[in-house]
Amino acid sequence: MALFRTIAAAAFGLALIQPSLAQDKSIVVASTTSTQDSGLFNHLLPLFKAKSGIEVKVIAQGTGQALDTARRGDADVVFVHAKSAEEKFVADGFGVRRFEVMYNDFVLIGPAADPAGIAGGKDIVAALKAVSAKQAPFVSRGDKSGTHVAELALWKEASLDPAGAKPGWYREIGQGMGAALNTAKAMGAYVLSDRGTWLSFKGKEGLAIVVEGDARLFNQYGVMLVNPERHKHVKAKEGQAFVDYLISAEGQKDIAAYRIDGQQLFFPNAAK
Amino acid sequence: MPEGLSAWQLVVSGDPALYAIVRLSLMVSLLAVGLGALIGLPLGGLIALVHFPGRGALIVVINAMMGLPPVVVGLLVFMLLSRAGPLGSFGLLFTPTAMVIAQAVLIAPIIAALTRQIVEDLWLEYRDELQAMGVPPLQRLATLLYDARIGLVTALLAGFGRAAAEVGAVMIVGGNIANHTRTMTTAIALETSKGDLPLAMGLGMVLIVIVLAVNASAWGLRVFAEKRIG
Amino acid sequence: MRELPLLFDSVGVSVGATTLLSDLSFTLNAGAPTLVIGPNGAGKSTLLRLAMGLIDPTRGRVTWGGHQDPAPRRRAMVFQRPVMLRRSALQNVTYALEQAGVTKETIEARAFALLAQVGLQDLAHRPARRLSGGEQQRLALARALARDPELLILDEPTASLDPAATRAVEDIIAQAAARGIKILMASHDLGQVRRLAGEVIFMSHGRLREVSAAQMFFENPKTPLAQAFLRGDIVLEN
Repeated sequence: MALFRTIAAAAFGLALIQPSLAQDKSIVVASTTSTQDSGLFNHLLPLFKAKSGIEVKVIAQGTGQALDTARRGDADVVFVHAKSAEEKFVADGFGVRRFEVMYNDFVLIGPAADPAGIAGGKDIVAALKAVSAKQAPFVSRGDKSGTHVAELALWKEASLDPAGAKPGWYREIGQGMGAALNTAKAMGAYVLSDRGTWLSFKGKEGLAIVVEGDARLFNQYGVMLVNPERHKHVKAKEGQAFVDYLISAEGQKDIAAYRIDGQQLFFPNAAK
Repeated sequence: MPEGLSAWQLVVSGDPALYAIVRLSLMVSLLAVGLGALIGLPLGGLIALVHFPGRGALIVVINAMMGLPPVVVGLLVFMLLSRAGPLGSFGLLFTPTAMVIAQAVLIAPIIAALTRQIVEDLWLEYRDELQAMGVPPLQRLATLLYDARIGLVTALLAGFGRAAAEVGAVMIVGGNIANHTRTMTTAIALETSKGDLPLAMGLGMVLIVIVLAVNASAWGLRVFAEKRIG
Repeated sequence: MRELPLLFDSVGVSVGATTLLSDLSFTLNAGAPTLVIGPNGAGKSTLLRLAMGLIDPTRGRVTWGGHQDPAPRRRAMVFQRPVMLRRSALQNVTYALEQAGVTKETIEARAFALLAQVGLQDLAHRPARRLSGGEQQRLALARALARDPELLILDEPTASLDPAATRAVEDIIAQAAARGIKILMASHDLGQVRRLAGEVIFMSHGRLREVSAAQMFFENPKTPLAQAFLRGDIVLEN
């Protein structure tokens, strides 16, 4: 008797915490930790929910993992910043269509001591060459994220390959942007970061932007609906509503309105 | 230090964001203990009393499962519940239910192993009397579990402590989604990496208090039981 | 189903290479208490456990009232150190009554009556594990009597008790015998045997040596082993 009551209570409890999916409209969006850490979703999602009644649940991972999650069908929409990977995603039939949404830029962050002597620079490639020459410590995301992919592309432009050679000054941590900034601070190292995460990062003491404004630091975001023909259960209608919102005039305005300390983080550039 | 002070303020002011996270954590771990007990208590009791072929191997497996790293359990449950996996059609990944399941998988072996030990020892003591009273097998299990109730509740508290403290399994199967699957431990991990220490520390304080409370009640239960039940 | 007569037919018990009992044959009938005595290691406990059906003989057979089913119907056993359930004294007795198949309506009343029979009615709600040694043994007797036994088996029930507790337990046993319950009891206290026994079974080294009426056994033991035992010598097999 007591056993039966315990089972009933457990089942009831489980039912309670599992939100009733029939009533609540909700979608799962796979995105990146840097987008999450920038605080953009805290700003956008309540606005979207008020407009559409749809609850957006964000899984924040590295770009590579976010695309994998979407490939498996564990998400309805994927919103990342790695153009070639996104285009492949659509070409392979996992996404319906890629839409450009916004861009922000990367900045090179460095320790106050600036061992490579690059502070105030405007040329990212020259800065990276200096870091390598001086063997100054450098923290890499090392996690297939959009930021990591961009970082590797920049090293390639500088004709260097620390990810391959793995010299002692190049530290791959396999974690998100917040963790990378913390690690760089602790090690007195340089790290490539997206401006959004940098601006919302609490605990900047000892770090500062050393290089910014180079056109090669441009970071484009794209959004895609996961192909419902590939995964039958994808919430195509609600997912498309989110995609449409992001590229609509209103969504673009909401994105531009997001600021930290008065600074705009993301610059909307959806095709008109 | 300033972060410590603002952490304390978050805790005592009843900051809704903080306490929503605390509520979810407690719900998930409590339900996980319930589910783990549902499986572990009868399983442990049965292994203690019935000598079936392969019993020794099963005991070894359960003892080994007690030492499974939570991230590994999280990974296994993730692979089961992902849409690409065998139980994907239930759509349970990244929900609190998935977290309960993962933690139940963590806790059940602990409860089963402790129950087996307790019931086995008790059976040695009770064997003659229960046989002399003609107690049938299923009733024996019920009697032993009831008489062992203090020790078993302590086992459940141990299970709860393990669930409440872990971060690996719930992170992987829950996805640490804001307002949905963010528990104390995953929130601490996230806020620390964002450099937002006051919230992380506030949650840490609450978590420490909970763990202390659990251990204090385990001890208090023992003392109370000695006095009242012998 | 009757439990008596209890018949041991060439019963032997061996565990591995060790022989605990060999070639035991006797019949137990209703009547005055039968006490089993002998030096330590004689096999008294093994004999009692066979009589209760807790173990099976390796050779020979044990029958109760002509049947071989070891499931205890109207027999009960009290051990030297009783195991109390972790609940109140009353609940220990109601548990025994439930196991004996008594219907729910009458259980509590009968439990109180049994407690009164053994003098524990004032301790009904005390946790059983917090009773004294003598009280626990009396509670064990109440549990045994709850089964309304035809045959009550006791294995040195007063060996660990002080004289006052011993007296109280013996009184209960004597009352049970007077009500017609057959007592089969092991004891190493010769005084106790003289007080309670109608019949004596003397054992040593796993064998039955003598079975006779109590008075005859004490006045005129037949075997040299029994004579040595009564004299208080250490009895070794020759």
